[in-house]
Amino acid sequence: MKKRKVYLDNNATTPLHPEVKKALIEAMEVFGNPSSMHEFGREAKALLDSAREKVSSFIGANTDEVVFVGSGSEANNTVLSMMACPSKHCCNFQSVSKKIITTKIEHPCVFEAAKCLRDRGIEVEFLDVDEYGIVNLQQYKDILSKGGVSLVSIMMANNEIGTIQDIKALCHLAHKHGALFHTDAVQAVGKIPIDVNDLNVDFLTLSAHKIYGPKGIGALYVKKGINFCPLIRGGHQEKGRRAGTENVLGIIGLGKAVEMRTKEMQGEEKRLLKFKDLLKKGIAKNIPDIRFNGHPEDCLAGTVNVSFFGAEGEAILLYLDMEGISVSTGSACSSGSLDPSHVLLATGAGAEQAHGSIRVSLGRETTEEDIKYLIDVFPKVIDKIRQMSTAYGKKDK
Amino acid sequence: MMEPNWVYTEKVKEHFMHPRNVLKDEEGFKADGEGMVGNIKCGDQMMMLIKVKDGVIVDCRWKTYGCASAIASTSVLSEMIKGMSLEKAFLLTPKEIMKQLGSLPEHKIHCSVLGDKALRAAINDYYQKNGMAGKVQKEGAKIICQCMNVTDHEIEDAVLEGARTYYELQERTKLGTVCGQCEIPAKELLEKYIKEHFNS
Repeated sequence: MKKRKVYLDNNATTPLHPEVKKALIEAMEVFGNPSSMHEFGREAKALLDSAREKVSSFIGANTDEVVFVGSGSEANNTVLSMMACPSKHCCNFQSVSKKIITTKIEHPCVFEAAKCLRDRGIEVEFLDVDEYGIVNLQQYKDILSKGGVSLVSIMMANNEIGTIQDIKALCHLAHKHGALFHTDAVQAVGKIPIDVNDLNVDFLTLSAHKIYGPKGIGALYVKKGINFCPLIRGGHQEKGRRAGTENVLGIIGLGKAVEMRTKEMQGEEKRLLKFKDLLKKGIAKNIPDIRFNGHPEDCLAGTVNVSFFGAEGEAILLYLDMEGISVSTGSACSSGSLDPSHVLLATGAGAEQAHGSIRVSLGRETTEEDIKYLIDVFPKVIDKIRQMSTAYGKKDK
Repeated sequence: MMEPNWVYTEKVKEHFMHPRNVLKDEEGFKADGEGMVGNIKCGDQMMMLIKVKDGVIVDCRWKTYGCASAIASTSVLSEMIKGMSLEKAFLLTPKEIMKQLGSLPEHKIHCSVLGDKALRAAINDYYQKNGMAGKVQKEGAKIICQCMNVTDHEIEDAVLEGARTYYELQERTKLGTVCGQCEIPAKELLEKYIKEHFNS
């Protein structure tokens, strides 16, 4: 019997959309360098322009406000790194950058880039979050009002718990105090409607492979008129903002991916919300001693994060894997580090809650049968682990 | 059809899927020695129960709050120690368990050391309970680092062997490398032993 395969790790990455795949296969014939003036170059350039058009209109930007980069991580690093640029011939941000604000629940690429800024003499404040993962507004206001903040970087939707921040309001506050605002919207773009004009952010990061596009391609929105400093120098590509011959294939894939999102996003959200509800009820009904993590409402439709007390996450993940179900965990054991999810710890979760957490992230290919299968398998797996657990069942002893 | 490689070896996978000698609450296993190490804060905890006859481990049971590596390595360990003398069992090293297991990814090896630590704790417990307290190793030792199961005696040994800073102490004993809660008491002991042995 063929083993059933249920992919529920769409926040990690997504399968290619069939239409994207088709577009990529066609585009493989195109090899020209978009910088070349001849026909081959022009052909590639035309496809690049068309993709840029799609991506920019998808987020409400102008075409010259979108910079294609190698990944969401690169986009985030680009924004943070420029705060330490000391060159008078470049943006010279360092002369004004004394302090930046970010949060305790950012993706490691922002986290680590921020720590690196600290080593370069820039003060970094990591905002606390509440039990649902919403940033502490009072603390944010207090830091801003002390002055000297040049950049705020806050993720729009959290990859682990799905919590969505009120970026528009947070951005407004930053501007009021003269700070630029960046949002890592890798998990939000293509899942919730985004209009950069409405949000009024200065920088926004997005990535193709989270929205059924190929890996190795992302984009950074840079508001017109904002000072900019490239991370990779030495080429005129992307108007000098990102050197290196363009990843034409990837960019075409990203263009097609956002085009398909325009068509499918809305209907998908409704469907996923229904599945999420079904899944949460199914878990809550069949398994005792659990806790859902993340915001109950302001949360991505496809993200469910749940902790099973007395059961360790990596063991859960691998037993589910044996049943053909792919999920992820905030347990330390899966990550190669010794610490469990920094996001869950920031929400005030205890170590056991973090080590026993599982993230189920749904996507466009998820079916009701998939969810029912998971609801069926989950209790057996958790029960098996809890039966051999030192941390479960003997609490009264 | 070729399956993509599993995270762990076939043997680890097999033991993970079908762990041997797991304690079932309902079976009422009567242990002669019981050991518990690690803590949930650090993400893993291990309990080992042994039954002893004439100085030989005749049966054992275990439980864990731990990952696949911890489950598989303790399952393998539980098979190895049946019929083994207490003295021999006490000297079992993670290396020997690993050899039985095939191999583990490098960053998972620390997950597998809990089994043999729990076993030593169980053997010590047996000695204590049976009037052989003299045989207990690290007698009277107090565990300072719960995560890596490092005692004050080991800290003293490390100082005697040359550790003078907290960093050097960590290098030798691995204490404080997981949750870090023991940093303050460990530093106090470090100072105390340095003073005791080297500053008169």
